[in-house]
Amino acid sequence: MGLLSKKDGKLILDPLTDNNPITIQVLGICSALAITAQLKASIVMAISVTAVVAIGNLIISLMRNIIPSKIRIIVQLVVVAALVIVVDLVLKAFSYELSKTLSVFVGLIITNCIIMGRFEAFALANGPWRSFLDGIGNGAGYGLILIIVGFFRELLGSGTLLGFKVLGDPIEKTGLYAIGYENNGFMLLSPMALIVLGIIIWIQRSRNKALIEDH
Amino acid sequence: MENRTDKNSYTIIFAIIMVFVVGAVLAYAAQSLKPKIDENKRLEKQQNILYAMGVNQNVEGSAVFISTDKVASEFEKYIKNQIVIEGDKVTEDHEAYLIDVKKEQAKARAGGVRKLPLFIGEKDGKTFYVIPVYGKGLWDAIWGYVALDENMVVQGVYFDHKGETPGLGANIKERFFMDDFTGEHLLDGSGDFKGITVAKGNADPKNEDKTDNEVDAIAGATITGNGVTAMLKSDLKLYESYFKNLKNN
Repeated sequence: MGLLSKKDGKLILDPLTDNNPITIQVLGICSALAITAQLKASIVMAISVTAVVAIGNLIISLMRNIIPSKIRIIVQLVVVAALVIVVDLVLKAFSYELSKTLSVFVGLIITNCIIMGRFEAFALANGPWRSFLDGIGNGAGYGLILIIVGFFRELLGSGTLLGFKVLGDPIEKTGLYAIGYENNGFMLLSPMALIVLGIIIWIQRSRNKALIEDH
Repeated sequence: MENRTDKNSYTIIFAIIMVFVVGAVLAYAAQSLKPKIDENKRLEKQQNILYAMGVNQNVEGSAVFISTDKVASEFEKYIKNQIVIEGDKVTEDHEAYLIDVKKEQAKARAGGVRKLPLFIGEKDGKTFYVIPVYGKGLWDAIWGYVALDENMVVQGVYFDHKGETPGLGANIKERFFMDDFTGEHLLDGSGDFKGITVAKGNADPKNEDKTDNEVDAIAGATITGNGVTAMLKSDLKLYESYFKNLKNN
């Protein structure tokens, strides 16, 4: 990896694949279902969560030797909550429309299990640089799945990507619509996000048998 | 051996310092971003008003506002006049759209005289009277803008909400619900104010009868629907005398 040692590189790459927070650890599912009807919302959510978990990991790691162990969960919660409020304010100021689409889910970043999980499991026991990388990795792993799901839901549900009509115009019947193609409105509802997610998990586990749990 | 960070005194001092530091950081962030956020809210009100009178960029089935970079000039172009009705007094005020309807309602409840803003728009030679409304849904506030013609027939609406249930009450801001209002009469056959009821199980689900003062409700969103009914009834009735005068002159 050049810039990063092999161990550090693993911190970023593992959560993208074999230790993905959504498909393997099954964390952060609720937001993955709720906001992936459009690719743009998925991307913004991915960036927001990555920023919160990376910066939060960094802050918690820097403070790990001075945080009183009795109230460490509360300290973690305060750090996430503060970061989320900042993200919410920034979105309201610079991307108002989107902040309305994401509405409650930005606030719900606080309860995203991935974040508290990484703070507790990683940042409290590791140095700042490694914690920061771990945050980036896990945020990106979460974001990757969100973007894949968002891509298929927007493409098949609305026939657009990032708002561009990639399949033609459904009203003027151009492109694919000229030969009778119809958008699948079901893709825009949350249950289809679960099904797309299920398909991703299926593909991932069939390609890597080591991921299949024994029963 | 006991760790220094396990002491109660240390824990308390840490908590106190943390609260002050985090509080200061958040206060600074909120203050420095406030002007931009306020500007966004102002543009959104203009977008809502224009949406109600049919100036929007709707694509099939979904409601799309006119874009934020164009909204200020379009607002200037379409909204010919903004007035404030205060008791018997009618004044012009080009910032009437910034009036907080919620505050005015509270003022009326406390026995004061409520300011009633009204935006007069013109599009394709037709005059629109856009009225802001504000009420209560199931979980939190709902609000909207209703565009009327001089006979108090609805020409278009925009509804929004703060926290209604996604997929149920939140659908009041979807086009399939809002579009139903277009063409509905607020007055009954004899010309008295009746409002529009969001009705369950009415015999007119396709909403072909525009003079029945009813639109079809959203299944599973009874309380939000009732909130819309109440909001339209109470807030639009206040403008009845204005429209009566309009016809007599």
